[in-house]
Amino acid sequence: MLHEISTLLAKDFRLEWRQRAALGGLLLYVGSTVFVSFLSFSLRGGTPPAPAWNALFWVILLFAAVNAVAKGFMQESAGQRLYYYTLVRPQAVILAKMLYNALLLLIVALLGLLLYTIFLGNPIQDISLFLANLVLGAVGFATTLTLVSGIAAKAGGNGATLMAVLGFPVMVPMLLLLIKVSKNALDGLDWSVSQGSVLTLVALNMIVAATSYLLFPFLWRG
Amino acid sequence: MKKNWWKGVTVLLLLYTAIAGFLLPVPRLAVLHESIRNLYFHVPMWFGMIVILGTSVFRSMQYLRQPSPRLDVLAHESAKTGILMGVLGLATGSLWAKYTWGAWWTPDPRLNGAAVAMLIYGAYLVLRGSFRDEQQRARISAIYNIFAFAAAIPLLFVLPRLSGPSLHPGQTGNPGFSSYDLDSTMRLVFYPAVLGWILFAFWLTQVSSRLTFLQLKSDEN
Repeated sequence: MLHEISTLLAKDFRLEWRQRAALGGLLLYVGSTVFVSFLSFSLRGGTPPAPAWNALFWVILLFAAVNAVAKGFMQESAGQRLYYYTLVRPQAVILAKMLYNALLLLIVALLGLLLYTIFLGNPIQDISLFLANLVLGAVGFATTLTLVSGIAAKAGGNGATLMAVLGFPVMVPMLLLLIKVSKNALDGLDWSVSQGSVLTLVALNMIVAATSYLLFPFLWRG
Repeated sequence: MKKNWWKGVTVLLLLYTAIAGFLLPVPRLAVLHESIRNLYFHVPMWFGMIVILGTSVFRSMQYLRQPSPRLDVLAHESAKTGILMGVLGLATGSLWAKYTWGAWWTPDPRLNGAAVAMLIYGAYLVLRGSFRDEQQRARISAIYNIFAFAAAIPLLFVLPRLSGPSLHPGQTGNPGFSSYDLDSTMRLVFYPAVLGWILFAFWLTQVSSRLTFLQLKSDEN
């Protein structure tokens, strides 16, 4: 199982590296969104207030995540899927995909934060809590969206729209918790204030990962 | 006739709710006044929604274990009844909020949670609409049904506990009804109302499922 996962993970990274245009497009998407926000805020002179900074950051990450994860299953043809089906267990496929998406989103999130800091300033008072929350967010987005992208890929046609329609409502509770903890980190509140939300986030990530793990074999059988 | 006794019970319970709910005395509370009677309609509708949506997920699980068109129809019709109950719950809640809090909608975790639940089941219907193949539609919408329910619905019960004070009753600590000013006369109407609306949801689902079965049958011929 572990061997299968590591092989699939290596395959995904190699594919990503060969199609650098997709990765470049994603980073450019984040970069240009941040730049547009910077231009809009500079009209009123300077950096946005902390709550706006926070909300905008997570909205940008959310849309970047949908775009990043959407291509995962959709770029694979039906023949390719059948080929994997004969080689590996479906559980290995979903775990490898979730892991890969989590790493990809973490990279995107960190780069996004860097760009954001350069253009829109950095009002974060508790950087360690913010980063821990960012990791939870990247993992949570990846686990939720991976199964959703698999579902949307099966439906064919307007995959990206369907992914947003299916994914956003499911992600709202997670997003609310993330924005709340992120706000606490911006305000430099004590860790004990965020403890309940952080634990709920961890539990939510585990629920989503476990249900994806259980449901994916049914999705793949078709 | 033996199997249908519960429908008679439903009719009696709902009639009782409507008559006793409007005629029995209620505690005089500031702000709420007579609008407290909405408790007999608004809250039981949410109970009905959660129960029927749970049934829908259960049918979807059964479908994945043992696929059959019957289970798919039952899951779909249960979800549609759940949406209807949810919309009724939102409408009664919104009216109540307008007359007690002064606004149709407030940024409260419970209200937002209700809206999220409606969006999820709207997405479920959109997903169903985007498949041609019936078997694939049944299987994949069952997967989404289970996934979305597991990922979002439990949180609707957890999030209100985590957030701060709110206008909605039962907010901090235990969001049950013992904390609410529910005196013994109100319980006399409230519990039958809950049972009545839950049974009504099942009845409605049964009728609409039968209609779908008949349509499927006539399509075959």
